[in-house]
Amino acid sequence: MIDSKEIKNITKLTPNKADFFKASSKNHSGKERFSKICESIEESIKRSGLKDGMTISFHHAFRGGDKVLNVVMDVIAKMGFKDLTLASSSLASVHDPLIEHIKNGVVTQIYTSGLRSKLGEAISKGLMEKPVQVHSHGGRVHLVKSGELNIDVAFIGVPAIDRFGNATGYKGRSKCGSLGYAMTDARYAKYVVAISESLEEYPSFPASITQDQVDSIVLVDEVGDPSQIGEGATRMTTNPKELLLARRAARVIVNSGLFKNGYSLQTGTGGASLATTIFLSEKMEEENITASFGLGGITGTMVYMLKRGQIKTLLDVQSFDEFAAKSLGENLNHIEISANQYANPSSKGAAIKQLDVVVLSALEIDIDFNVNVLTGSKGILRGASGGHCDTAAEAKLSIIVAPLTRGRIPTIVNRVNTIITPGNTVDVVVTDQGVAVNPKNIELKQRLKKAGITVVEIEDLYKKAIRICGKPKPINYSDKVVATIRYRDGSVLDVVRALA
Amino acid sequence: MSKIKKRAHAGTLESSDAFIEIEPIEEDKIKIELQSSVEEMYGEDIRELIKKVINELDISHISVKVQDKGALDYVIKARLQAAILRANDDEKIKWDKL
Repeated sequence: MIDSKEIKNITKLTPNKADFFKASSKNHSGKERFSKICESIEESIKRSGLKDGMTISFHHAFRGGDKVLNVVMDVIAKMGFKDLTLASSSLASVHDPLIEHIKNGVVTQIYTSGLRSKLGEAISKGLMEKPVQVHSHGGRVHLVKSGELNIDVAFIGVPAIDRFGNATGYKGRSKCGSLGYAMTDARYAKYVVAISESLEEYPSFPASITQDQVDSIVLVDEVGDPSQIGEGATRMTTNPKELLLARRAARVIVNSGLFKNGYSLQTGTGGASLATTIFLSEKMEEENITASFGLGGITGTMVYMLKRGQIKTLLDVQSFDEFAAKSLGENLNHIEISANQYANPSSKGAAIKQLDVVVLSALEIDIDFNVNVLTGSKGILRGASGGHCDTAAEAKLSIIVAPLTRGRIPTIVNRVNTIITPGNTVDVVVTDQGVAVNPKNIELKQRLKKAGITVVEIEDLYKKAIRICGKPKPINYSDKVVATIRYRDGSVLDVVRALA
Repeated sequence: MSKIKKRAHAGTLESSDAFIEIEPIEEDKIKIELQSSVEEMYGEDIRELIKKVINELDISHISVKVQDKGALDYVIKARLQAAILRANDDEKIKWDKL
């Protein structure tokens, strides 16, 4: 409500006609308008007002082909900034050069969904003072919106942009497709620098990131390596074990009671998960069933099903390969969604809350159905939280597909090294040695048994794995915490300790 | 206790296999050199297994070099036995001992 004092004060305001005349005369005199385009990354950083101790962000839509993060970090290091918090929606093996920036005190804190390669190894050995905060894709948006993750400057690599900041991921040379994760940063960061290699004519619409969100634009030679963006995600497996897993997972879905016209589906990357989609596609054709939507990281297989009319709509937060990236610009029913629309638990509408079935992979699953997708058998950070715990928590049916053993390494264990997805959100575990159903799903267990699927107890799978591989010696950890696992609501779910 | 006659090897460097090289040595002992992709988890178990297989065949004065790519126990056992048989040019294999 406006009080009377304020209303009185309104009468004291004076019009500023003079300024308006001045402004318009400037434009008519032919003087250049303010340009968002910077000569260099350095200039954009100066304009952003970046200071020591601030938080900078990046996105991971270019995956292993990202050419933005390392280049920007080198400039930031050269300019002498210290004590920065790096919030990248995820980190790939291409980001190993960060090790030097951590050693030199440029980066002192990291928020990410994933850590791999030499960087993951170095952090596992205690490289950083402050533990890395590992979040899920939905959980990251929640951390941003709840104010813990306060992004000062977002550096957003985009395949194509116009001079005023309208950007998309499906034009230009280095198409990454959906910019779902970058959309969060564009919306919430205090200052947004868009970095691109292809300048489109203004206005370039439809745009994923829009002119009212972008402060500065820098044009560089390349933002990504198109051949690495897919990082082998669409490889169709010929591994008989993976094909068996996929066929079995498809059978579980078909007999779950959810396999009806209008059902919805999300599958991850990885051999078995991709193959599951193909077996499902065959079964859908046989039984004349169409899916209402396919969600998540979208692959070429999903696009194929969209084109054949087997899936009506694709909701794409991240395009896993070039086929998906291209389709996003071509197919009207291939829709780009933000991470907030995808999986944020505090979003007004996360698509996973409408999802029926999700098929996920795992590094380890324990006898309580907890899943680890982050640390390897040696306790080293080498994976990503991703949308794993988000989708498992919200989908009506969450299926984990994994072989009982990988070489001599058991996948079904007594206790996972690191909990990323709590067991009470996991419904079914599909292995090559049988399907284990979470005891809470009494009805589902009956259905699968009735359908002739080999249903076993997860404890028996564990015993079998140990009988084959032998009981592994426990990992020797020190007390130092190197990573904190944040659940999707921001709570601390687990910690990863340094190797002794 | 018997000695092996000459150097021999068995196995491959494929995943889930082991490449095993053996040779006779002067000292009366079993010398084991192990490189394993699962050293942290199973290194000790593998060393125990190698000793056990060699003892069962009554062999001494032997050096064993193992490059293990995550092979299961029965694979390592079979590769080691094969190498020992090759090292002795055995015409008559005592199958009951294997």
